Amino acid sequence: MAKYVLKRLMMAVLVLFGVVTIVFIIMRAFSSDPAASVLGQHATAESMAAWRASYGLDKPLWEQYVSYLAGLLHGDLGYSYYDHTSVAGQIMGRFPATIELAVCAILIAGVFGIALGVAAAVHKRSFWDYFSTVVSLVGVSMPVFWLGILLIILFAGSLHVLPSTGRIDPMLQPVGGTGFYLLDTLLSGDFEAFGNALAHMILPSVTLAMYSLAIICRMTRSSMLDTLDEDYVRTARAKGVRRRRVQTHHALRNAMLPVTTVIGLELGSLLGGAMLTETIFAWPGIGKLAVDAIQQSDYPVVQGVVLLIGVIYVLMNIVVDVVYAYLDPRITYTKEEG
Amino acid sequence: MVMAQALGIGARHRAPGRLGMMGRQIWDALRDDKPALVGLAFIILLVAIAVVTAIWPGVLPYDPYEQDLAQSFQPPSPAHWFGTDQQGRDILCRILVGTQISLSVAAVVVVVSLAAGVLLGAIAGFKGGAVDTVIMRVMDMMLAIPSMLLAIALMAALGTGIDKAVIAISIVAIPQYARIVRGQVLSVKEREYISAARVAGDTDATIIFKHVLPNVMPSIIVRATLGVSSAILDTASLGFLGLGVQPPAAEWGDMLGSGRNFIFTAPYSLVFPGLAITVTVLAFNLLGDAIRDAFDPKSRKR
Repeated sequence: MAKYVLKRLMMAVLVLFGVVTIVFIIMRAFSSDPAASVLGQHATAESMAAWRASYGLDKPLWEQYVSYLAGLLHGDLGYSYYDHTSVAGQIMGRFPATIELAVCAILIAGVFGIALGVAAAVHKRSFWDYFSTVVSLVGVSMPVFWLGILLIILFAGSLHVLPSTGRIDPMLQPVGGTGFYLLDTLLSGDFEAFGNALAHMILPSVTLAMYSLAIICRMTRSSMLDTLDEDYVRTARAKGVRRRRVQTHHALRNAMLPVTTVIGLELGSLLGGAMLTETIFAWPGIGKLAVDAIQQSDYPVVQGVVLLIGVIYVLMNIVVDVVYAYLDPRITYTKEEG
Repeated sequence: MVMAQALGIGARHRAPGRLGMMGRQIWDALRDDKPALVGLAFIILLVAIAVVTAIWPGVLPYDPYEQDLAQSFQPPSPAHWFGTDQQGRDILCRILVGTQISLSVAAVVVVVSLAAGVLLGAIAGFKGGAVDTVIMRVMDMMLAIPSMLLAIALMAALGTGIDKAVIAISIVAIPQYARIVRGQVLSVKEREYISAARVAGDTDATIIFKHVLPNVMPSIIVRATLGVSSAILDTASLGFLGLGVQPPAAEWGDMLGSGRNFIFTAPYSLVFPGLAITVTVLAFNLLGDAIRDAFDPKSRKR
């Protein structure tokens, strides 16, 4: 197992190296000159040249690449073209917001997706079965930004019950702490701020959860139907075990294997794929950071965020495979055929 | 039903070159699947709308591009069923014209990414060795970046516009096809009829096009149908962020993006374009699911 994980980690480093290279090429070789967009239309040729020199953009591309890689090895992701702050610092400041949002979203998606999927499988052709089919179809067909817009129109525009943008009222913003507002406000015992942060969390997390909820629901339903068909489930029923107990103890536990995998992979993509949701709700996470940076041609920030997201993706894949092996004793990764 | 299933299983081992049978198989499955038929009918309707509005723009009661600020933000009424936008343009007419962009972009994206993906996947699977490793590792790297982020980054580099959007969305869709095709190629390339073709003197290219591709067709058709859905969603997402199709073109995502500032004053200007995207994507998803069931009886809904 350890050998397998080590091998996967080495492959991961290779893949990430490739990701860094691809993004570097897109950002530095194919992109238009950032000097004009950073300095504005009225910048002189000299000031633009001086600006380029200050970021080493006047050097040959391969030299820029080597120095970027050398920087990465020291944890240096470069500096923003706009305020010259460190990219690593910007990302660290924004990442907690994204993590908090993604974790809330995956909790919503997991709880409701599994519940709905199980209900659909256990009560085949019931209302719940059709409802779950509709939810999983519409959930994957709806553009996430439209769902966000609808929720804002309904809950912030018409009903005035929930805020539509930001993480918390600026007045209540916790100082210092972990950067996870729900956690910080709870730990400091400031329940007003906690309630406020929670209210801000509801619409974005539901929006972000919808797609994953659909996928998890569909997976749970089909996996549960498979296990309910298995011999050991029928045997248990024949032995006189109560239906409910068979469903929870025999079928559900085994049906959860593929669902766990899906939840892990979904969490990985939520952490990296919240760009549209964060944009609509003005959520100050790394997704919005990336979108803003791209629109401003702030390439070092884009490169940093993409690298971080790549790392999350690749690691999440490895974690999911390892957890899968741990949960399913039939799988071993020690031999080639595993 | 049983017949269709038997055919479904047979499809994997069928001698290559019988595309007609494949169409038959899809139709057999669709005939029993009401949601899929509804999806198919809706897609045909959309194509008809796109074609008719393209060759005969006069069919629309209002010009979808002409500004009339005196008419801006009219709520839905008998005159303007879906209301008007900030520039006084009829939203229904803009949505109808928008089918042209959504469908044509999606079609081009699927064709381009399919061609590139099939080619790369077939070469990787067939050649094996270093060629395989290089191609598939690059695909892995692309898959490690969320497709939307990669598309946005490409747009940032290429600049905005519909042609650039097509390129960006096509590129990010390639790895999916390459993976499927490579997997299928690996599973068929050791079959006897391939060896026989080789003995008969066929070149690699002939074998790929005459013997391997027809066998991977089912998986490709399924992926391509669902690929239309993702292409429409991706186009709309780029449009929403203001990176895709540029105004005054009527594109559903761009309509949502530019109406965003009026979310509380004119919510109807956002509800209907989003509905158009959702229903269109839903139609292709329904069709794609049904086709997948036709080729893979194991995935059939119970």
